[in-house]
Amino acid sequence: MAAVYSLYIINKSGGLIFYKDYGSAGRMDTNDSLRLASLWHSMHAISQQLSPVAGCTGIELLEADTFDLHCFQSLTGTKFFVVCQPGTQHMEILLKHIYELYTDYVLKNPFYEMEMPIRCELFDINLAQAVQKDRVVLLGR
Amino acid sequence: MPPIAPRSGDAIFASTERVNAELFTLTYGAVVRQLLTDLEEVDEVNKQLDQMGYNIGIRLIDEFLAKSNVSRCVDFKETAEVIAKVGLKMFLGVTASVTNWDAEGTTCSLVLEDNPLVDFVELPDTCQGLYYCNILSGVIRGSLEMVSMKTEVTWIRDMLRGDDAFELQVKLLKQVPEVYPYKDDE
Repeated sequence: MAAVYSLYIINKSGGLIFYKDYGSAGRMDTNDSLRLASLWHSMHAISQQLSPVAGCTGIELLEADTFDLHCFQSLTGTKFFVVCQPGTQHMEILLKHIYELYTDYVLKNPFYEMEMPIRCELFDINLAQAVQKDRVVLLGR
Repeated sequence: MPPIAPRSGDAIFASTERVNAELFTLTYGAVVRQLLTDLEEVDEVNKQLDQMGYNIGIRLIDEFLAKSNVSRCVDFKETAEVIAKVGLKMFLGVTASVTNWDAEGTTCSLVLEDNPLVDFVELPDTCQGLYYCNILSGVIRGSLEMVSMKTEVTWIRDMLRGDDAFELQVKLLKQVPEVYPYKDDE
């Protein structure tokens, strides 16, 4: 069982464009996932404003008792975040890798409309490979 | 500490998948030729190429950021250097030099000595107003817009028109603030 519970991609206006869960832990229905995505978008923005550190780019890691949430925001404003088992390593690398997959299999698909929900089979396939636990460990080396 | 941005795109260029340059050049030629047939007016073709470039640019920027490890540029000067040395190298296999800065540091020129798009092109008399590589200006405009910079990109010199190099003028019109939520008094 992979240590990653779920993956979210939010467009720059805060809309959830991709959600996938892996296994039963923390599974959410559509409404809850949409709510969590927009909540995270706002919290992320507020954290930038509240941060005492100049040039802060928002929350990167949220640690809770039952999960860790790792977030990566691209310079174009798209956010990628994974919810995973507490203490899971190499999530930054995984998120960076997912960003590359997104540019390859989503943005390069001529029939994908920008900012819209992602329905690309090639992306799903490559993502599934990337998320597999041993793959995460491999990337970390 | 963010990774140090590469000063050249050589390594990324070497590691990405490539296609035959002739296939690329000839395909682009076929696209321009078809646009001329369809739209008839040279001005319309220029506009269409720019729009196509823009549509490419707004998607391409993410691939550039994902694969180049370039971090946030501190000013427009750095942005221009990154386009010239990393961006163009990564996607076109050539580099440009950045010159002709104005006093405010908002306008500069990217000078391309070499341009794979025009390898076999001779502009006929009927197409004198055509900016054959107008797709490139659109790509740059589109990419920069996605990272909050409104720009105007125009051709100053064009080898197909008898100049000695390709010169693209990039003018920064305004920087759209990306901070959200916006300030309370706005």
